[in-house]
Amino acid sequence: MRIVLNGQPREIDADPDKPLLWVLRDDLGLTGAKFGCGQALCGACTVHIDGEPARACQTRIADVAGRNVVTIEGVSGKVAEIVQATWTKLDVPQCGYCQSGQVMSAINLLSANRKPTDQDIDAAMTGVICRCNTYHRIRAAIHEAAKLLGA
Amino acid sequence: MNDHMFALGARAVAPSRRSFLIGATAAGASLLVGFSAEAAAPDGAAKTAVNPFAAYVKIAPDETVTIYSSQMDMGQGIYFGLATLVQEELDADWSKVTVVGAAGDPALYGNLTIGGAAQFTGGSTGTASSWTRYRQAGATARAMLVAAAAAKWGVPAGEITAQDGMLRHASGKSATYGAMAAAAATGQVPGKIGLKPAKDWKYIGNETLRRYDSRAKSTGRQDFTIDLRLPDMLTAIMIHPPRFGATLKSFDGSKAKAMKGVVDVVATPRGVAVVATGMWEAMRARDAVTIDWDESKAETRSSHEIAAAYRAAADKGAGDVAVNAGDVDAAFAKAAKVMEATYEFPYLAHAALEPINAVARMNADGTLEIWGGHQMPGIHQFVASKVAGIAPEKVALHVKKTGGGFGRRASTDADIIVEVVSIGKAIGWKAPVKLQWTREDDMRAGRYRPAFVHRMRAALDDKGNLVALRDSLVGQSISKGSAFEKMLVHGGVDALSVEGVSNQPYAIPNVRVDLTTVESPVTVLWWRSVGSTHTAYALETFIDEIAHAAGKDPIEYRLAMLKDKPRHAAVLRLAAEKAGWGSPAPQGRFRGVAVAESFHSYVAQVVELSVDKSGRPKVHRVVCAVDSGISVNPDQVRAQMEGGIGFGLGAILKSQLTLDRGRIVEGNFDGYDVSRIDDMPVVEVHMIKSEAAPSGVGEPGVPPIGPAVANAYFQATGKRVRMLPFSRKENS
Repeated sequence: MRIVLNGQPREIDADPDKPLLWVLRDDLGLTGAKFGCGQALCGACTVHIDGEPARACQTRIADVAGRNVVTIEGVSGKVAEIVQATWTKLDVPQCGYCQSGQVMSAINLLSANRKPTDQDIDAAMTGVICRCNTYHRIRAAIHEAAKLLGA
Repeated sequence: MNDHMFALGARAVAPSRRSFLIGATAAGASLLVGFSAEAAAPDGAAKTAVNPFAAYVKIAPDETVTIYSSQMDMGQGIYFGLATLVQEELDADWSKVTVVGAAGDPALYGNLTIGGAAQFTGGSTGTASSWTRYRQAGATARAMLVAAAAAKWGVPAGEITAQDGMLRHASGKSATYGAMAAAAATGQVPGKIGLKPAKDWKYIGNETLRRYDSRAKSTGRQDFTIDLRLPDMLTAIMIHPPRFGATLKSFDGSKAKAMKGVVDVVATPRGVAVVATGMWEAMRARDAVTIDWDESKAETRSSHEIAAAYRAAADKGAGDVAVNAGDVDAAFAKAAKVMEATYEFPYLAHAALEPINAVARMNADGTLEIWGGHQMPGIHQFVASKVAGIAPEKVALHVKKTGGGFGRRASTDADIIVEVVSIGKAIGWKAPVKLQWTREDDMRAGRYRPAFVHRMRAALDDKGNLVALRDSLVGQSISKGSAFEKMLVHGGVDALSVEGVSNQPYAIPNVRVDLTTVESPVTVLWWRSVGSTHTAYALETFIDEIAHAAGKDPIEYRLAMLKDKPRHAAVLRLAAEKAGWGSPAPQGRFRGVAVAESFHSYVAQVVELSVDKSGRPKVHRVVCAVDSGISVNPDQVRAQMEGGIGFGLGAILKSQLTLDRGRIVEGNFDGYDVSRIDDMPVVEVHMIKSEAAPSGVGEPGVPPIGPAVANAYFQATGKRVRMLPFSRKENS
């Protein structure tokens, strides 16, 4: 089957039931999306499918045939740049393992909502677990990124 | 500063038998590993002149400066801390500084907080252990660079300056550190070297020096063990016994082996492994393996039965005595008022987001390489050598940064190493093997924060003064049966079971603490802040209750008993002041406070919460005051307090593991709930300015948050929550 991965068409030879996460990680060597739960409960594997956030661990590769998949390795544009810059500026990550999922989710949020409230942030980000509990800085970084995007 | 740890390759050093006396005996299916801290203390490892260029700092001709870290970085930022310490004295070009994990020689990397007996990361000791050693390494390296330049230029060493990676002399002569490194590394190692006084520090305590790995971690470029890819590498998953204490009787892997991508199904001392070409292929075949377990010695009780047994033992209070000060019985006999409370704490999983893993490869030259979160490398190296049947010198460990840890990767039986090496051996080392646990493995295969019960009793005089305190604890020992037993268990009391209450800070004339240690096949381990995860909760909520009964303000009541504890009192006062204690809380919000010392650091927290119609607390704000001595990286102290607060908050509100006839019920984040962003309050961290040597910050943020929340919850509802977590149905 064929997918568009990070802007490039890719021919994928995999069992149709294989989760996108393991196609990305084991077959294609794109390891930015992480395995944390395997059940779409932690958000560490968040990618964008046709611009919407999706949990790669619970997405069959057959279900993304012909669609646009963007991973942390390929995410681009003004929102992505600003989110990643504020993440770095505020030293959000501790271990960093969940941060691909956090960053991908924050990019989605800010692409749809340029001035999110704390409640908007909670609603958009609650599915992404950070066991280091960097949530305090994640919230601050999203507000900061929103400010920069509005400027 | 960059962090190309894998590209550079972490270095493995042959272990020194002289300083790491380690013994092993085969006990059933697993290895028991022991070392003796006393016997193994290296003869003055910190004092003798170690060539820093060989041990701690490598300066390459291309100017890159590589620092070898004795400490594993699981997110706490210790690589940044050690780099700061070296940099303070070395003054290299900061943009060229890299840190990699070192493993294998306790004479160089042994943790100095236990006399250097073994290398380990834990107990919030990373900075304390490194504080002198790594500054000394930087200073010695700098002196050797200067000496080499002086010899080459024929000028006095005292006339040479060394700064930002450049050596300079007034004559106009100059050289980079990289250019002078080869000559310096072979020079005389100075025996004694002075360190900069605090007033001259440029990097320690400097807020503008930022953590260096944030960019890689915000762009998906930080690699972890799970991301490692070696040529022809296979992926293995484990099938562990469903009940603790069960062992493998027999298995049939033939159906699984016939599945696409499955290479082998093999037995290990800890269960059955499915080996496949990839993770999904292995996971898919798991249910096709049929296994017969021997459960004759397995735990078969459920949580409520275990708790009932614990409560009965706590009521008896006949455990081993940890503290017996004054005359507790006499004080209770003449008390004006006696108070009692029983607290119950569940088993907790660490649930680090990167599930436990390791990668092993046997090379043609007979060396075994293992990549992973080697938090106790000496034990890992030794166990690997035993299981593989090779000399310890043949085992090379690559220390990877890990996706969290919280204590779980410092497993005293090296569980993941036993497994990965057993699997490699079972498949004849025909390919490198990555062993990757799933989330369910992580939650169900043990090594939990032990469940505990505390029965507390207080005697008050007619003025409301606390004249006697008793605490009877019941729970499993982390140290018993481990390499740490000799060091930590005395008179039947595991120091880790009672820490936080055995050294309680209040001036109470009569105190008795006793501990009933329970045996169970359920395996337990240190979990971020260890004993203080439960002792601080029991003590600090009980003190609050006593203060309330005495009609006193909880901060004033504590301060009156902390006259000889200035560091406790100072953080309590600072948190109170910054939180506006004494002024009314915002509409609908209620305040609570707690203070705790752990890992030689002092933390007080004031919580502001509200309670919704269903009785659920919502924490809005936490004001945290911390005294952890000198802050090497102030923003990392802040980050660890923020993280510790969120971590502890999720646990006391929502997390528990329960047993149903010996099986762990919760397997993933649906059943085992942890803090999420909507649980996270605003956190304000205030540091006490201190000249004391640095102490821990990774764990000390955790203990006060639970009791501070519980005390605020009491203000809001009049209810005392004594069975954790808050979400338990018994609390509604």
